[in-house]
Amino acid sequence: MGEVPVHLTVNGRRREETVEPRLTLADFLRDRCHLTGTHLGCEHGVCGACTVLVDGAAVRSCLMFAVQADGADVTTIEGVASPDGDLSTVQAAFRDCHGLQCGFCTPGFVMSVTAFLRDNPRPTDEQIREALSGTLCRCTGYQGILKAVRQAADAGQRGERS
Amino acid sequence: MKPAPFEYHAPETAAEAATLLGELGDGAKVLAGGQSLVPMLALRLAVFEHLVDIGRVAELQGIERRDDALWIGAGTTQARIEASDEVASAVPLLTKVTPFIGHFQIRNRGTVGGSIAHADPAAEYPAVALALDATMHVTSSKGGRTIAARDFFDGLWTTTMEADDLLVGASFPIWSGRRGFAVEEFARRHGDFAIAGATIGVELDDADRIGRCAIGLIGLGSTPERAEAAEAELVGRPIADMEPDDVGRLAMAGLRSVPDDLHGSAEFRTRVGAAMVARAWRTASTEAGRG
Repeated sequence: MGEVPVHLTVNGRRREETVEPRLTLADFLRDRCHLTGTHLGCEHGVCGACTVLVDGAAVRSCLMFAVQADGADVTTIEGVASPDGDLSTVQAAFRDCHGLQCGFCTPGFVMSVTAFLRDNPRPTDEQIREALSGTLCRCTGYQGILKAVRQAADAGQRGERS
Repeated sequence: MKPAPFEYHAPETAAEAATLLGELGDGAKVLAGGQSLVPMLALRLAVFEHLVDIGRVAELQGIERRDDALWIGAGTTQARIEASDEVASAVPLLTKVTPFIGHFQIRNRGTVGGSIAHADPAAEYPAVALALDATMHVTSSKGGRTIAARDFFDGLWTTTMEADDLLVGASFPIWSGRRGFAVEEFARRHGDFAIAGATIGVELDDADRIGRCAIGLIGLGSTPERAEAAEAELVGRPIADMEPDDVGRLAMAGLRSVPDDLHGSAEFRTRVGAAMVARAWRTASTEAGRG
């Protein structure tokens, strides 16, 4: 079972590696790129902690093999803040609203919410709940997360940096 | 790395994929969006020596009208179907059912062909394909053919496709006239597989009689089910005469293999199923009446 080459862009940086086909994108990001902000919870597509953006679309990186991402542009949680370290609107809202506690699920939430608000800049509360339903948090009880998404959406509406 | 090792193949045409499947035989599996297959590989519920990734086959992507049907390429993502104006106008039931599939992150990768070929009795697209009499387009190294939805779903996670068959696309008939469509599901959490669900289409004639109807049932058998006896009973009747609760009861008659497990007894699922049919019937017939 041979290894295969993959070429992809992660947070703006070109990566060329040779991988076993069974290596998931999540393991590729963590073990090959040393980007350990992408967390692995269930490793079978239920918890959402490993969510990253592949060509802009929020996907579960545990349900995708790195070879399937050949040629793709991947953004992880490490690529969300600005280069000088300023938090993104979504990250800042999570901090402000107590949208995280232990922080394990947070990278997945931030990636999903970043894509969701880009595509739905004026969401209803119901739409926010539905968008959050694919990611599990065992600490916060979700209320702080809901508040954070509302704050980030409202900040986006006022034209603040996202 | 959780899945067992496999050899990876990335064909660029459907013909190339079909040839590979013919050569590799039973040890090969098609990888589409991977949203059902990869969890099964990760848990080692399934092990394959070869995966044939069809994600780079351009001809398997797309949505287009062909005669009286809407053709959707097997590799088309659920997210694309959800957002498509063409789908919304031609086959509204698909637009309505898609948000019930998993979560938006899943729909960004999951495909229509993957869902239909996986043939989960609790999944949405198989039930819609069955209800609307969709036609599956299949190819292999021996050539192409079509399979009607009623002949396609064979058992739990099983279809009548051979191991070397590739699902190329599905054609969904386009209903015109005074039509209404609705979907109802009951699940413990949004995005979970439903305990029971119903996908319904109703078309009315000029005299407000039921000209045609389709009742697809989710999670109520070992395959997606269709309430054919109820449909036959309903066609020709004035829509105003039909109580939704009666339609719900009718649709549950004749179900032979309702699942019975820790998520719900067969009796409970049947009651939920009747309620889902009744609700969807009310919405669909109201929509048709406005048409």
